[in-house]
Amino acid sequence: MREGIRLYGRYVSISVRSTMEYKASFFLNAMGQFLVSFNVFLGILFLFQRFSAVAGFTYSQVLLCFSVFLMEFTLAESIARGFDTFSGMVRKGEFDRVMVRPRGLVFQVLGSRFELARIGRMLQAVVMFVYGVTNSGIHWNGAKVATVVFMLVGGTGLFFGIFLISASLCFFTMEGLEIMNIFTDGAREYGKYPVNVYGKRICQFCTFLVPYALVQYYPLLYLLDERTQWWWVFVPLLALLFLIPSGMLWRVGVRRYQSSGS
Amino acid sequence: MKKYLSFFRLRFLMGLQYRTAAWAGVATQFVWGGLEIAMFRAFYQAEPERFPMTFSATVTYIWFQQAFLALFASWMLENEILESIKDGNIAYELCRPIRLYPLLFVRGLALRMARASLRCMPILVFAVLLPEPYGLRAPFSLGAFAVFILSMVLGLLVTVAFGTLIYVITFYTISPQGLRLVATTVMDFFNGAVIPLPFFPDRMREVMEVLPFAAMQNVPLRIYSGDLWGMDAVRAIGLQMIWLLILAAVGQGIMTRAQRKLAVQGG
Repeated sequence: MREGIRLYGRYVSISVRSTMEYKASFFLNAMGQFLVSFNVFLGILFLFQRFSAVAGFTYSQVLLCFSVFLMEFTLAESIARGFDTFSGMVRKGEFDRVMVRPRGLVFQVLGSRFELARIGRMLQAVVMFVYGVTNSGIHWNGAKVATVVFMLVGGTGLFFGIFLISASLCFFTMEGLEIMNIFTDGAREYGKYPVNVYGKRICQFCTFLVPYALVQYYPLLYLLDERTQWWWVFVPLLALLFLIPSGMLWRVGVRRYQSSGS
Repeated sequence: MKKYLSFFRLRFLMGLQYRTAAWAGVATQFVWGGLEIAMFRAFYQAEPERFPMTFSATVTYIWFQQAFLALFASWMLENEILESIKDGNIAYELCRPIRLYPLLFVRGLALRMARASLRCMPILVFAVLLPEPYGLRAPFSLGAFAVFILSMVLGLLVTVAFGTLIYVITFYTISPQGLRLVATTVMDFFNGAVIPLPFFPDRMREVMEVLPFAAMQNVPLRIYSGDLWGMDAVRAIGLQMIWLLILAAVGQGIMTRAQRKLAVQGG
């Protein structure tokens, strides 16, 4: 385990150093990440110039929701970028090389890429988070701090599971499936509002099938004292259950894998 | 003229090749549209009196925006062209007995039209079948529909002219990345892709509506849904024409200058 962490550290450091060879490109990339989600933020800002609340949430509460969700997504994306771009690995036959090495497959794909440029988006998420926290009128205590931490853990795990599923599908199709963008980029874009904004059906879908609501809407209700039972603190961690089916799909995929031959 | 037409045909047919990608695009756009509408519904339910358009006009705006995304999307700049300016391959185009500006313009037009024609129909059909008030409405009036088509063509041309201007400026900046980034972000914000322009505060909207970005998708989509009509529509279409002329003239002007002192990179 300790050796594994050390090795992962080396993977990351190689990744970061190679990114830093092209500083201008890195800077522009980071800025691009920032600008894209900054536009999403402006969309919220200007809608709230006109409206005072949406589905019971105020501007700063929406920002809090958006920022935590964006952090979850960004953490998962920078760690799991290797899975996000997995189709290239399969098509070029690089996965064969991964399979002959004496380390776990998931571990190696994880280490294959680390996206530092996502820091641009992270920065924005942190600024919005600070604003959201200071203006949402939340009475903070230990349990609520723990809830936020669990949201980050659960959400990062959930998005990691989604990236894992879209990578697993590459074993069957040999190419990336654009449809999966709905669950990654779509969630990043529309997760800006608590999911109950989109109506009851979508909220149910996001609770039981792809549990975005567990790391976003429900814990937000707890933070705002609209749910008070102690066990709401742990609800975000339930999202980690999503890793079970996605891990299973990955295993089936690996077993089915036939090299693309190049 | 004939050579540009046949070049258009060629690029258009090339654009029609990617059918699977188109279906994925249709599915994605449909989900995007649905979520966007659900979101505006939540705002509408909370405070209907503060809604700047009618709800069904907003719905129509969103479905059209999704169906014709390829016509107006800010990010549809071709990396192939940007790269060829950077690595010097664009020189091959310069050897041909054609003018570069119209060539790039036609290429952008062909790509957008090919992609849109593959994707728009399924989305429009789905959207028409949806129940009130979430479905796509018939046009405001027959007259509005004719004006809408005219404005749609103009909006597309303005969008392409802006994209071509980006290519042309790349002759000076060489590295396309930064320029592309800023251009697409600014365009998304000001053309009504983030939220439709009527939702902005009034003072700000008045300024935004005279910018070239408002002459892209904003005008045709609002004309169809009946949000923009009468003298306002006439003025908006006039602005579309003016911006088209300005953008094309500036693009061609910079191109001519760039070609006069062009340094081709690499060998």
